[in-house]
Amino acid sequence: MKDMLASMRTPRGLFTVALLLVFALLPLLTEAFGQRYLLSVGTRIVIWSIAAVSLNMILGYGGLVSFGHAAFFGIGGYAVGILSANGLGSGWLQWPVAILASAAWAAVIGALSLRTRGVYFLMITLAFGQLVYYLGSGLEAYGGDDGLNISRSRFAGLIDLRDKASFYWLCLALLCATLWFCSRFAVSRFGLVLRGAKSNELRMTALGFPVFRYRLAAFVVSGAFGGLAGVLLANEGAYVSPAMMSWVKSGDLIVIVVLGGIGVLFGPLYGTVAFFALEELLKPGLDLLHKGWGEYWQVVFGPMLVLIALYARGGIDSLLGRRDG
Amino acid sequence: MDYLLIQMLNGLQLGLLMFLLAAGLTLTFGIMDLVNLAHGSLYMMGAYIAWTLIAWTDSFVLGALLALPATFALGVVVEAVVMRRLYARDHLDQVLATFGLILFFNELVRMIWGPAGKSIAVPAFLSHTVEILPGVPYPAYRFALIVVGVIVAVLLAWLVARTRLGMLIRAGASNRRMIAALGVNIELLFSLVFGLGAVFAGLAGLMAAPISSVKIGMGDDILILAFVIIVIGGIGSIKGAFVAAMIVGQIDIVGRAFLPDLLKTFMAPAAASSAAPAISQVLVYILMAGVLVWRPTGLFGQRS
Repeated sequence: MKDMLASMRTPRGLFTVALLLVFALLPLLTEAFGQRYLLSVGTRIVIWSIAAVSLNMILGYGGLVSFGHAAFFGIGGYAVGILSANGLGSGWLQWPVAILASAAWAAVIGALSLRTRGVYFLMITLAFGQLVYYLGSGLEAYGGDDGLNISRSRFAGLIDLRDKASFYWLCLALLCATLWFCSRFAVSRFGLVLRGAKSNELRMTALGFPVFRYRLAAFVVSGAFGGLAGVLLANEGAYVSPAMMSWVKSGDLIVIVVLGGIGVLFGPLYGTVAFFALEELLKPGLDLLHKGWGEYWQVVFGPMLVLIALYARGGIDSLLGRRDG
Repeated sequence: MDYLLIQMLNGLQLGLLMFLLAAGLTLTFGIMDLVNLAHGSLYMMGAYIAWTLIAWTDSFVLGALLALPATFALGVVVEAVVMRRLYARDHLDQVLATFGLILFFNELVRMIWGPAGKSIAVPAFLSHTVEILPGVPYPAYRFALIVVGVIVAVLLAWLVARTRLGMLIRAGASNRRMIAALGVNIELLFSLVFGLGAVFAGLAGLMAAPISSVKIGMGDDILILAFVIIVIGGIGSIKGAFVAAMIVGQIDIVGRAFLPDLLKTFMAPAAASSAAPAISQVLVYILMAGVLVWRPTGLFGQRS
């Protein structure tokens, strides 16, 4: 407890606490200032943060560059969509099914992909992501390319997901749970083995750890949380489509994790906020410079990513001061 | 039977096009150890530059010939400004930076050429059909694509297997620190190889333009297919890229052509014809997964 209080007094701690405070108060703030739109942006930031935290578990702690993480958005989302289209609207059924389906998919592709290394791993996860994408767009009964309008999951008497503020609170609570899990995960024996294998696989193998099985387990856990984010994303827009699992979304998730700081607990949070804020700020900012330029914000955003990759190792987290150890 | 032949030729033509794209990618991958997601952007830029030059010169051949040095120059500039700084970095940095380049190029194209797609007309002297077998007509342009594809593939094979540059490329792919230590000007070599890859990508883009269309993001989806091809073939192997491109071309086209009929035997016709393209795409990825499970470094990849 003492350590925690001390770490809160550093710039990083203050920044994180301030960020979480803004998150916690967002519905009240947007209500007070009449900015309903910002609440939906906020909801999406929270959901993407969950996905980014889940990617960080394997990418950050495991060093496994998975380029197919958006598939879990799709599997989680489509599980909700398909069940609701067939009249099974209960969240008590939908959510576990969606998360189990994501975990199962993660187990299958993990078992195949983790046999490969480096670029091959990156490419095979990318290809599996595309496989799910094409399967989704081939689901003609569920909208095909156009996607599917769904009714939000029902938790009778407990919470109404159609209410924007309650849905936001729920997402935030789930983000906190995910972060809590990740913080335990990172310092557990399991997490330490995973991090050890990231820095030296051969050594961990020589020490007798079944590295493959540890990685596979991490992949499954990460996929399950990714599926949860997919469930929430489907409920946010009451809509699922193959576009939510295109490879560009997987790329966005990697960008977010790297932008925030790889293998840092709150990194994905910083990254998601920065990613969405950049989009929301660059557009009006460029319009201010010259009318009509805002539309082309990615001309600026793209080179920014190049510069971040080249000169800002450690992402936003490293801007908040050195880490000890 | 004729139908099968025509579909197989279409598959061959797609395969050759994919090979052009994959050849540059596998070289930069194998030699510079660079994950270049922006390779598809070079494909797109090739098509757009060709569109402009063809409109300007009013001749397909002249425009296309001028577009090749232009894409080479673009490749060399991209290499000098961005890629050169990425060789020593890990793959994650490369993914991030080249992902940024994709966003940049897509938006740049939208700024310069506008959001609407462009079309390049099939040149007049190739707009007829040729009889590949008595009584079996085939579009002359597609036939020309096959011819050009084969010529370029042979040229590339000759370049890699028989010339000094090719020798350095092969040496670089197997041990680049060693050839640097032997006094080869590695910066020049990398620059050349990247430019060469850009030319092949641009050529593929401009040749595909008359049969598909020139649009923003046209390189993004085909890039994934090119990655699949080089992974199946084994990274750094030109031969592997060629074999894999041929297989993928056949699966994609023949799958598209024959799956609907196959599916109709047990599915509703409408559902069958809409599911078939998706399934033939999926087949390609299943093939890749199968190859990687069997050989984790691809068909012709070096065992590490």
